[in-house]
Amino acid sequence: MMASSYSAKEEDGHHPGASGAGGAAANGRKPDNTAFKQQRLPAWQPILTAGTVLPAFFAIGLIFIPIGIGLYVTSNNIKEFEIDYTGTDTSSPCFSCYQNFSWNSTLPCKCSLPFSLDQPFESNVFMYYGLSNFYQNHRRYVKSRDDSHLNGNLYSLTHPSKECEPYAHRDNVPVAPCGAIANSMFNDTMELFFVHPNETRSQIPLKRKGIAWWTDKHVKFRNPGGNGDNLTAAFQGTTYPVNWHKPVYELDADPENNGFINEDFIVWMRTAALPTFRKLYRIIEKKSSMTPTLPSGNYTLEVTYNYPVHSFDGRKRMILSTISWMGGKNPFLGIAYITVGSVCFFLGVVLLLIHHKYGNRSSSPDIAS
Amino acid sequence: MTIAKDIPDKWLSIVLPLQRKKRPDNCGEEERKVHANVREYNEKFQYASNCIVTSKYNIITFLPVNLFEQFQEVANTYFLFLLILQLIPQISSLSWFTTIVPLVLVLSITAVKDATDDYFRHKSDNQVNNRQSQVLLNGILQNEKWMNVRVGDIIKLENNQFVAADLLLLSSTEPHGLCYIETAELDGETNMKVRQSLSVTSELGDPDKLAQFDGEVVCEPPNNKLDRFSGTLYWRDCKYPLSNQNMLLRGCVLRNTESCYGLVIFAGPDTKLMQNSGCTKFKRTSIDRLMNTLVLWIFGFLVCMGVILAIGNAVWERKAGSLFQNFLPWDPSVNNFLFSAFLSFWSYVIILNTVVPISLYVSVEVIRLGHSYFINWDRKMYCSHSNTAAEVRTTTLNEELGQVEYIFSDKTGTLTQNIMSFNKCSINGHAYGEINHTIRAQGKKAEPLDFSSWNPLADGGLCFYDGSLLEAVKTGDLVAHEFFRLLSLCHTVMSEEKTEGALVYKAQSPDEGALVTAARNFGFVFCSRTPGTVTVHELGRPVTYTLLAILDFNNIRKRMSVIVRNPEGRIRLYCKGADTVLFDRLHPCNHELMNITTNHLNEYASDGLRTLALAYRDLTEDEWEEWAELYRGAGRTVDFREDRLAAAYEEIEQDMMLLGATAIEDKLQEGVPETIAILSLANIKIWVLTGDKQETAVNIGYSCKMLTDDMTEIFIINGHTVQGVREELRRSRERMVANSRDAMKEEETQGLGKACSLGNGFSEKPKNPTSPTSLLESISGEFALVISGHSLAHALEADMEYEFVETVSVCKAVICCRVTPLQKALVIELIKRHKKAVTLAIGDGANDVSMIKTAHIGVGISGQEGIQAVLASDYSFAQFRFLQRLLLVHGRWSYLRMCRFLCYFFYKNFAFTMVHFWFGFFCGFSAQTVYDQYFITLYNIVYTSLPVLAMGIFDQDVPEQRSLEYPKLYEPGQLNLLFNKREFFICITQGIYTSVVLFFVPYSVLSHATQSNGIALADYQTFAVTTATALVIVVSVQIALDTGYWTAINHFFVWGSLGSYFTILFVLHSDILFSLFPQQFNFLGSAQNTLKQPVVWLTIALATVICIAPVLAFRFLKVELKPQLSDTVRYTQLVHQKKRKPGGCVSRGMGVDGGEMGGVSLGRLGRSGSHRSGYAFAHQEGFGELITSGKNMRLSSLALATFASRHSASWIDTLRKKKHGNIQNTPSTPPAPPLSNSSSLNAPQDTPSEEPRQHCELGGFQSDSLNEGPDLKNSPEGETGGCSLGALQEVLFGWRGSGARVSSASSPGPSDIAEETSQ
Repeated sequence: MMASSYSAKEEDGHHPGASGAGGAAANGRKPDNTAFKQQRLPAWQPILTAGTVLPAFFAIGLIFIPIGIGLYVTSNNIKEFEIDYTGTDTSSPCFSCYQNFSWNSTLPCKCSLPFSLDQPFESNVFMYYGLSNFYQNHRRYVKSRDDSHLNGNLYSLTHPSKECEPYAHRDNVPVAPCGAIANSMFNDTMELFFVHPNETRSQIPLKRKGIAWWTDKHVKFRNPGGNGDNLTAAFQGTTYPVNWHKPVYELDADPENNGFINEDFIVWMRTAALPTFRKLYRIIEKKSSMTPTLPSGNYTLEVTYNYPVHSFDGRKRMILSTISWMGGKNPFLGIAYITVGSVCFFLGVVLLLIHHKYGNRSSSPDIAS
Repeated sequence: MTIAKDIPDKWLSIVLPLQRKKRPDNCGEEERKVHANVREYNEKFQYASNCIVTSKYNIITFLPVNLFEQFQEVANTYFLFLLILQLIPQISSLSWFTTIVPLVLVLSITAVKDATDDYFRHKSDNQVNNRQSQVLLNGILQNEKWMNVRVGDIIKLENNQFVAADLLLLSSTEPHGLCYIETAELDGETNMKVRQSLSVTSELGDPDKLAQFDGEVVCEPPNNKLDRFSGTLYWRDCKYPLSNQNMLLRGCVLRNTESCYGLVIFAGPDTKLMQNSGCTKFKRTSIDRLMNTLVLWIFGFLVCMGVILAIGNAVWERKAGSLFQNFLPWDPSVNNFLFSAFLSFWSYVIILNTVVPISLYVSVEVIRLGHSYFINWDRKMYCSHSNTAAEVRTTTLNEELGQVEYIFSDKTGTLTQNIMSFNKCSINGHAYGEINHTIRAQGKKAEPLDFSSWNPLADGGLCFYDGSLLEAVKTGDLVAHEFFRLLSLCHTVMSEEKTEGALVYKAQSPDEGALVTAARNFGFVFCSRTPGTVTVHELGRPVTYTLLAILDFNNIRKRMSVIVRNPEGRIRLYCKGADTVLFDRLHPCNHELMNITTNHLNEYASDGLRTLALAYRDLTEDEWEEWAELYRGAGRTVDFREDRLAAAYEEIEQDMMLLGATAIEDKLQEGVPETIAILSLANIKIWVLTGDKQETAVNIGYSCKMLTDDMTEIFIINGHTVQGVREELRRSRERMVANSRDAMKEEETQGLGKACSLGNGFSEKPKNPTSPTSLLESISGEFALVISGHSLAHALEADMEYEFVETVSVCKAVICCRVTPLQKALVIELIKRHKKAVTLAIGDGANDVSMIKTAHIGVGISGQEGIQAVLASDYSFAQFRFLQRLLLVHGRWSYLRMCRFLCYFFYKNFAFTMVHFWFGFFCGFSAQTVYDQYFITLYNIVYTSLPVLAMGIFDQDVPEQRSLEYPKLYEPGQLNLLFNKREFFICITQGIYTSVVLFFVPYSVLSHATQSNGIALADYQTFAVTTATALVIVVSVQIALDTGYWTAINHFFVWGSLGSYFTILFVLHSDILFSLFPQQFNFLGSAQNTLKQPVVWLTIALATVICIAPVLAFRFLKVELKPQLSDTVRYTQLVHQKKRKPGGCVSRGMGVDGGEMGGVSLGRLGRSGSHRSGYAFAHQEGFGELITSGKNMRLSSLALATFASRHSASWIDTLRKKKHGNIQNTPSTPPAPPLSNSSSLNAPQDTPSEEPRQHCELGGFQSDSLNEGPDLKNSPEGETGGCSLGALQEVLFGWRGSGARVSSASSPGPSDIAEETSQ
């Protein structure tokens, strides 16, 4: 009686191995004995054990916390000053400009805001304008541009893409630059004056170039017919956007910064990801290593208030900031790193405790249950 | 996007979508008129020609038809709809190509696949249509292609040719217009069938006469009934009825017939073969259904998100957008916020549709296809014997193989080889056939006896190990001589001498063949028979006996006898039959011998052997004359002929002398008991559904260890009435409850000490006996149920099926015997309906087709009985034992991989898509995307598809050997643990969490950040690049965590995907592309400007850690606190790899020492004699009559596999009548006593005195049985003792949670083991 079951069993046990080894019977139907086909590819089989997971958590903690501290300290060393000049408040010097804005007025409205810096700003200072509640990331807004037009393509210049509608043509004359983004270009001008203790003001020189991406300035944006001198001719047959007060070739006197390659324009055209954003406006270069770029003291911000934000409850800000290797002031990143690092470390400790208390099971596993 | 069945290489197996092929005129056909030889007349009816078209397309129709078909898929249509939406500029939130690229990709992959399939169909069509056949045209035989054969033509067939169309047999070269056909391709039966032409047409032998034949056939319209045909032949003003007996069907092969002529009745698509190849039901897996549900939910979710965002849009447009119009005026067509919200809804539907990416369906199919290839390629499922590899015929079901809960198996040909071998015998109280134990102990393989040396007529096939029997015969033991003489005389076998000296026996049942062959090998060679004589070579000397009578077998008599007169003139009756019947009819002086023989029989029966008792009786001339008169009288009567014959037989079969008993082994296929043991360890319930008799089925149940003596109780349901069955079911349930109550009490009294000893962890945890949730759920103990076909018929009735299911679901093994093919299907249907479990049916014959088609998964055993089962199946292989590999290895892996794939897939798409949702709140709900359009296009098809595909195809949690060693690893699939709605929610929650992190971390960081040159970072393009990069990195880390099996391919794909992301990113943001297409590639410079910023990388690192750390912690905790078995196995694997010694045993210290599980009896001891059952009569009655009538003799020159079909219809009819009689008769007799109803078969017997012997047996067994890897085998004995295999073996032989009993008896706590091993 044992005979039948035993012999069958033996054959069962050995058959596969035997046929695997004795592959001499090279028969067409017999599957190939390759590691791939037999699913025996050599493989690394990582598993989550205390030996790998716990060190990982501690490592993350130990790496993240110092980075976080570093970031936090760096961020704290950055000086930043921000002033809202929208003029919503009646006490604000810009209140009247804010209130009495009219699209048709030709006279610019000016206002000046005094402020003071408690601490001197060493090294280069970057001057930004910030807008709030401005949806540069709205789908219709984002696509309302014609990159080939902005790249100086002559055909596109006179035949702006349909995406630019309704800012493609004005009285059947093609608009250059076309589209809603260009049309809504920020056109406040800001000047910064240092108010000496003796009440005299000296204007702080603001650098207008070097505020855009190199690729934007040199590749993406190009004036029609090359960046020649005669932009007026190049833009012949086009008109400027409806919200603008002057044609695109009058944005700057410098031919290297005029027309489509005007950096203010380029910066504006790089749409923001979020409705509250800041864009680089000017750079205040450090002149000498001896004096701070912006010493502490009183300043006046002179704003030519052209840009209306009243209708959509927008806010306008002017920001002065120094930067470090990691950019501007960014306390969040440092705090986040410290937090995540500590949480990971803590988790590591908790897991270690759990492992010590309950982890014995896995060293003597109950396979058969 | 379903991958169609593989194209079978045989044209017969082509599955056509009939519904489209059916010509309209066919439907209205009420009867068919065919006029022989008159083409013009027949053409009026526009019958289908013999040209078959199984292909779907031609070159012109391919594109439109294929596209039409593909767009019938909901998913494809949905994406087309999205595409159309995108063409509306106000809605379009994505570029058109983000949808069209994947869609075109998917459509073209499917189209290419369809085209190749169709190409092969065209090829096989052509091949078939261009076969040559001889058509009688204008009186001359001409060669014509099959496709040109018309209805009404007369064609000539030659031997071994395929029948070209459904023919009416007109004449043949054989006498009486007979011809023989093999219908294997049609119905799967390998035996030959006989067809006979009408006698009027059988004379039309030559072409000239046939050309004159102008009969008209009026018959039924085309249908798919293979066994039925009705029609009338009108010829020469006479009517002749036609039946199936006159028809040759397309697909058959002409055999043993020189040639024949037939009239084409049905051609091409009208043939029964083609009508039968109708559409198979499309099977879907439960994952498929779940996936469809989930996809619907996701659509719901999508709509919800769309609505939320649309409302947001309305609010925003009203509150802010309308005020913002100076800078961003509304589109002229969109003049109010409500309309804008409406459009925004659709825009968001487009953006968010990536939660259900089109690539999901394609990927799933690709993964399944990959798994299918792995099954096809598996050498361990290749049978070198029949040279067949496993074949996946439906590629879409693989993961369901990992969820099977019920297996329904056919018996003959599936569990058994349908080979009977004469294994043991008991002659005159002496048992022969035991394998010498001393030889076994020495580990040598016993050599079968070599008969040919002394007996030139011996048959090489017999393996008999006991030389003493041969000695007994040689030394002239008269009883042994008589024993074998009986075997050589008392049977209905036909012999055939193909070549000189080479005898071939044609036995109607394999049992008889085995017995006669055994006699032949022991020197009593049955040579030939005539209706009146039997010639036997007795030890080399030809002896011719006069055959006086055959007292035929039937189910009630359970015995058959012959009365022969030997050359000396002595008359003797030889009888063989079931011992239960035979022992009642023995002469009283046999008492002592009977007792000894009974002991032997018990032994045989407990081995699962089929037994027969043999006896003889000497008759005097007077007795014979007297009885012969009675017999003749009985034979002449018309009324109650059966009864009177039976009474006559009863009269003479008395006072017999017992000779001995035979034991025939119904040879199981290789590895069947082990497979069944492993499968049942994997919690799969195995049912045997067989057409066989109850005794045979129960015997097989024992021999393949489905039924064991350790089972608490085996119930027999054998009722013939509704009430009876109900009563029996109720009783068995009561017994179950009672039994388990006893067991509980026992457990309670044994107390807590036992529970503590169980704490070592390798047996089931002690259940809390005090809180049984439900009566039937609380049942412990193992039960089995045997139910017969007629009881099953009642049990399947609507009002009882619930009761039946209730009872049956507690049983570990169920055997249904005497079931019809339809009942097989019904049983499966019942389980499918009530248990919501995945069912698998495995079978080999045409009678299994219905169940194979009904079950979730149908498996066909190939290379046995024909191809019908294989054609209907989803998987086919050659051996039953491959099933364990198919389920436990491939199925398990497939399920695991598919689940992991789906989890990850939904996760990654939610993580990807939901970022848009959060962004919506910051962009005025304007449906602005976060990412670059190319990123959206490529994310699913390039950046993340391959790693997850590689995981879905190659992942393994534990190696294949382990899944066979620990069948419990199969359980998660059955319980649907790895991917269900809960897991899905976890996945999408994780996805949403990731999307929150991916949006808000960059948001918080970048909104204030500036580049190191002062330029603000918060521009849209930088944000897009940062988020996209973080996303790609996070999902790559996640797939790295999910991948458990890193092959080179996985490495390549994961790193390659990351690499391709950065490469493509830089290319897309390059100057060159921008200068070519400034409109399309306006992200110029973003990659380099963004990725050189340290802040961006710090952001990405931060987001990655925030996304991954919780996942890591959760997974670690899960492994730590609630480890799955697979985790544990994996862990042990790792531990042992680390301290691997050459040949070291896998998991030491966990197993049970081989000796300690020896308390479990191995069947023989425990199996009490009360249920001895088997007897080797598997055949029908009627053959005795056939032999004595001499009807079959004239055909003896033909090699026929069975007798059943070779005779005239009238004879078959009598046979059939008898069969019916039997079926109706059997109910009236009480069921065979051996297995008494609802009675406990035995109690587990653990007699301590028996243990030592078992220990060594089991120990030996352990070392050479299951250890597959050579490394295991070589391990030193001391270590093997603790081998992990113990757990399996424990149940293999114990079946019950014997660990409990064992540990309580010999208490092998872990410490004990440690002590032992240290010693």
